[in-house]
Amino acid sequence: MRNEDLILSIDNVYKSYHRDSQIIRVLEDISLELKRGAFLALMGPSGSGKSTLLNLIAGLDQVDQGTIEIDGVNITTLSETDLARWRSFNVGFIFQFYNLIPVLTAFENVELPLLLTGLSKRERQEHVSAAISVVNMEDRDGHYPNQLSGGQQQRVAIARAIVTDPTILVADEPTGDLDRTSAENVLDLMDRLNCDLGKTIIMVTHDPWAGNRAHSMEHLDKGVLNHDL
Amino acid sequence: MSLLFFYSLRNLFTRCLTTILTTLGMALVVFVFASIIMLAEGLKKTLVETGSGDNVVVLRKSAETEVQSRIDRDQASILETLPEIAVGDDGQRLFAKELLVLITMQKKNSDGIANVIIRGIGKHSLSLRPQVKLITGRMPRWGTSEIIVGESVAKRFKNAGLQKTLLFAMRSWNIVGIFDAGDTGFSSEIWGDADQLMQSFRRQTYSSVIFRLRHSNLLQGLKELISKDPRLTLSILREKDYYLKQSETMAAFLRILGISLTLIFSIGAVVGAMITMFAAVANRTAEIGTLRALGFQRKSILFAFLLESLILGFSGGCAGLFFASLLQFLTISTMNFQTFSELAFSFSITPGIIIKSMAFSIFMGFAGGLLPAFRASRMNIVDSLREV
Ligand SMILES: Nc1ncnc2c1ncn2[C@@H]1O[C@H](COP(=O)(O)OP(=O)(O)OP(=O)(O)O)[C@@H](O)[C@H]1O
Ligand SMILES: [Mg+2]
Repeated sequence: MRNEDLILSIDNVYKSYHRDSQIIRVLEDISLELKRGAFLALMGPSGSGKSTLLNLIAGLDQVDQGTIEIDGVNITTLSETDLARWRSFNVGFIFQFYNLIPVLTAFENVELPLLLTGLSKRERQEHVSAAISVVNMEDRDGHYPNQLSGGQQQRVAIARAIVTDPTILVADEPTGDLDRTSAENVLDLMDRLNCDLGKTIIMVTHDPWAGNRAHSMEHLDKGVLNHDL
Repeated sequence: MSLLFFYSLRNLFTRCLTTILTTLGMALVVFVFASIIMLAEGLKKTLVETGSGDNVVVLRKSAETEVQSRIDRDQASILETLPEIAVGDDGQRLFAKELLVLITMQKKNSDGIANVIIRGIGKHSLSLRPQVKLITGRMPRWGTSEIIVGESVAKRFKNAGLQKTLLFAMRSWNIVGIFDAGDTGFSSEIWGDADQLMQSFRRQTYSSVIFRLRHSNLLQGLKELISKDPRLTLSILREKDYYLKQSETMAAFLRILGISLTLIFSIGAVVGAMITMFAAVANRTAEIGTLRALGFQRKSILFAFLLESLILGFSGGCAGLFFASLLQFLTISTMNFQTFSELAFSFSITPGIIIKSMAFSIFMGFAGGLLPAFRASRMNIVDSLREV
């Protein structure tokens, strides 16, 4: 089933972790397809394997079995080095705790992923300025993360995620550490990225209120995708 | 990639206190390292500058130093007539038969005593050594018990100033002048009429003969001549080489001392750097995960942490060298193990010492940072991202 509009296709993916001599089955036979421009919320109780699935999609971890194809690339066969390269061009990350580099300014944090692209300094600065203006942080771009509020940090992190114009954006509990207003802000921003700029977004959350802001939803329960909920 | 350099640098500034402490640890090692080789260098410089270009020293065959050497009057007068000897402004040959004896003297600022060289000189001893200049008083008159003392003897020993009287060889000797001999070993000597001193010390032989060659390439021929002449049991060498040889044992001793001391210290400094860097890696686990997620390769992580540690080593080296360079303004004295007399000299810094010290310090940074950087680069991305 080749489809031009298909950006993500997950086929029979299994993932387990070994702890001591114990095997913890985290994901069981996951299959999922996503169209270009989708905004998916991945929901489920704690420990159900949401982050694990997201990490597999983002190329941070290896599947035990099955394939994950993103924009025509089967990432389960890439070597570690190639996978890192692939991530730098194709994945934008938004983390629960923003994960900005404390010793770099907002501007430099956004510039960081561009160091891997071979752009000239001038081109990099243009891209960074554009990304920062999308998240409305122009006036704070010289600040260090600890001089910004949580919501502002998350906006900088979003600028960092979109600065390379990646194929997909992955967000693991992007509002998990924010108050209502800031969370609302971040979700509005993500909505705008999706609607206006056509970004494909996969967002993990266990907050139904945040999940409702997405345009589609998948539920994970004990490592199994539950399509009919 | 200047941003990555700033990244490493700012991380060091952020944990300012540990950075300073680690740097100081390395600085201390570099200080010890640099100062000991500066000492060896200064000693060598002092001894080598004691010798001058065309001068040659004649000693008894198999004698290593003037102290061990004996040259009887007959052999000395054979040498005196050699045509290879240069002629001075006064039309006389630049030739001196000298005597070297050691006496013990009381130090000024402590109860300690030390050996001092007494050099019995001839009429041309002074013109053979242009480095030696009288700074106060006058030259001793020949045939009297008048002496002159080197500046550092005058400074550091009791009763060694101008107009003072020294008692040795059962006679009292009047100090009529003080001479300066720059950075050379002569500054630590006392000079007087060789014949008077030989009488008083009841010595029948000179210690050495010094003369200047008409031309420096005459030495080889002279060597052959001396070795063939059955009346002469002597060896001849350039004054510079003679003092260089003297400096070698001491310099080698200092070098070995320096290297063993710094090796022990450097283990401490490397472990210190290692602990700091391991702590940095542990504190920044999530950050490492983030960088990896963004697409930075393992080797970039390795490089970033190694760079931090190299910067530590570099700054330690700079600080250590800075403090070591201050030692140049210090003059110290030590036992000259060849003559067992006191010798005053200063620390001397050279480009070679700077390069060696910096290389050593950067290597310490490298050694301390390697394992932590390696650990940082081996981390699993997902695991490190969980550490928030
Ligand atoms: N590296 C690991 N080693 C061992 N077990 C792991 C590892 N990573 C995840 N697990 C286990 O896998 C299961 C799923 O974890 P995951 O982080 O994907 O859950 P989640 O749905 O994201 O939960 P939460 O909402 O709390 O973030 C958990 O039981 C967890 O203990
Ligand atoms: Mg999770």
